[in-house]
Amino acid sequence: MTAPLLELRNLARVFDVSPPWLDRVVSGRGRVLLRAVDGIDLVIHKGETLGLVGESGCGKSTVARLIVGLYPPTRGSIVYDGVVVAGEGASAPDHAAQRRARQGMQMIFQDPYASLNPRWRVAKIVAEPIRAQAPATPAAELDRRVSAALEQVGLAAADGARYPHQFSGGQRQRISIARALTTSPSFLVCDEPTSALDMSVQAQVLNLMRDLQRRLHLTYLFISHNLAVVHHIADRVGVMYLGRIVEVAPTRRLFREPLHPYTRMLLDAVPDLAMTGTSRVAVAGEVPNPLDPPAGCAFHPRCPLANERCRCERPRLAAPPGANDAQVACHAVQEGRLPPRPVLHTVAAVH
Amino acid sequence: MTGVARAVVPGPMSAGGALLSVANLRVEFPTRRGTLVAVHDVSFDIAPGEVLGVVGESGAGKSLTGAAIIGLIDAPGRIASGNIFLSGRRIDHLSHEALRAIRGREIGAIFQDPLTSLNPLYTIGRQLVETIRTHLPGSERDARARAVALLEEVGIPAAGQRIEHYPHQFSGGMRQRVVIALALAAGPRLIIADEPTTALDVSIQAQIIQLLKRLCRDHGTAVMLVTHDMGVIAETADRVAVMYAGRIVEIGPVADVIHRPQHPYTVGLMGSIPSIAEERERLTQIDGTMPRLTAVPTGCAFHPRCAQVMPRCRSERPELAAAGATRAACWLPQDAAMANR
Repeated sequence: MTAPLLELRNLARVFDVSPPWLDRVVSGRGRVLLRAVDGIDLVIHKGETLGLVGESGCGKSTVARLIVGLYPPTRGSIVYDGVVVAGEGASAPDHAAQRRARQGMQMIFQDPYASLNPRWRVAKIVAEPIRAQAPATPAAELDRRVSAALEQVGLAAADGARYPHQFSGGQRQRISIARALTTSPSFLVCDEPTSALDMSVQAQVLNLMRDLQRRLHLTYLFISHNLAVVHHIADRVGVMYLGRIVEVAPTRRLFREPLHPYTRMLLDAVPDLAMTGTSRVAVAGEVPNPLDPPAGCAFHPRCPLANERCRCERPRLAAPPGANDAQVACHAVQEGRLPPRPVLHTVAAVH
Repeated sequence: MTGVARAVVPGPMSAGGALLSVANLRVEFPTRRGTLVAVHDVSFDIAPGEVLGVVGESGAGKSLTGAAIIGLIDAPGRIASGNIFLSGRRIDHLSHEALRAIRGREIGAIFQDPLTSLNPLYTIGRQLVETIRTHLPGSERDARARAVALLEEVGIPAAGQRIEHYPHQFSGGMRQRVVIALALAAGPRLIIADEPTTALDVSIQAQIIQLLKRLCRDHGTAVMLVTHDMGVIAETADRVAVMYAGRIVEIGPVADVIHRPQHPYTVGLMGSIPSIAEERERLTQIDGTMPRLTAVPTGCAFHPRCAQVMPRCRSERPELAAAGATRAACWLPQDAAMANR
């Protein structure tokens, strides 16, 4: 395993979603806090793709925004390439070492319609990160790098003169990727980069992202709610539930031998082409209100294995017995109470 | 691909026994720069109790086909030609009033976003009672009892109390259950479900699909399931129609279309979907995008993206014909069948 590129240490972000002061006084209620990310530890190694999955509201997008610095953390810290870039122990944002570290990261957003300025030509959009990081870059150099970035993602240099509305959704997402690549970053945070795209276009973008990763030695944090996409693109996968990481494991192990009952539930719920005619395991319940998460293990109200300990004691993320490349936060796993998983439907070749 | 055309032709286009029969449906949008044809010569049948999946990418015309059946195409769009029969009765040329009586009573509708399908200002009980009383005889009390029974049937706990709640007091999954209860309120024989699970999380999606399947089985309701999610189709549908640029390019039993697709577009589409059951270095990629309605290519609309394009494809448009166990609009299997004869 290669050296860690990014390390999240006990990272947390709490949002104050209280009603206005006067309403609180009148109704006699206190502040309302949303623990979007509630103390997570995660390592991303150089050159790998870490997939982060979970259902809406589990905090995966907040993690992305914390990493790129769109939100400051409430607690914990983020270490990138050996430099603490946010949280406890971070230097001032304009400190040279931190600036340099931050320049190694870029982000790709979900909605290619909302993330490109409709009034700017594509060349200006793609050049923006360079102009932000090195305002003194000469115009000729800027043009050269913009053209190179556009060609890298399969567009033509001449496309720089057009406006975003002249492109389809898939082409716009290519523009977003080109914009992220102009500053030659080594780490890309991709927040649902293909969720807004059609199936055949999603395949084009996923193939492109894999090609770019091989060619430019990129490291990805790939956030998605689509388990099949994550299975395809990720080397390791982290599963989030209500602001916490419940399981991290190499992709193959996670999909073949999921340990956490929530991971098992998610996998059973995935509709898959190979499973034509079979019905999925019915999943009971819904994600609880994140404003008032259950005590102990947040998953216990939906968990078939929950016992008294699960209801009061929060499980810690730790290596399960017999697997040192995985981590799981579950009392049942650590105590050996986990039943073997019924063998899933035999894998049928789709083609 | 074997290229052997079998004599099996599923879904005969006659109205005999079909609950819904759509024949040569054409939906047009007149614009200043000419008429756009969004749905082109679309024909299919749905048998009672059958689930027909309609799949395609954005702009393929799948939602418009559903909207045409329930008479909800927004002006200036219009049904330019073709017939729609429900239980042998023609419904495409009916007046607004006559269509309103059919909508809800005989055809229920479920849309993608449960929040916009429900009125935020009324309790769900009031919305259910109003729907029931519009279509079914009976007193307010009967309607209320039916509303509670419906909510229980779609799996809403404590239905008797929840009926007094407003849509915002329900979670996304529960709201979609309410929408399904509304669609079922008058006991329709056909439900048009347009992306019913797209806005929901995976675990909730599985619950809603199971619910839909159970309800259709119990009530014998037929469903036209419009979605872009092949996984949902694979689990739910009996037959599937694949649409491209306003036309059905392939239609057949779901297992055949998924495992032995005949049209190169369907083949590409299936290969482009990542699966948790297999590992691949690259996904099959169909280059390019679906044409805009303003510039649909001549001949087969898929030919500029097709890896197996032949000179004939550029000028002559193939009709749906038996290919393998499905029907596909492609010269390739048709030529192969001719060669094997």
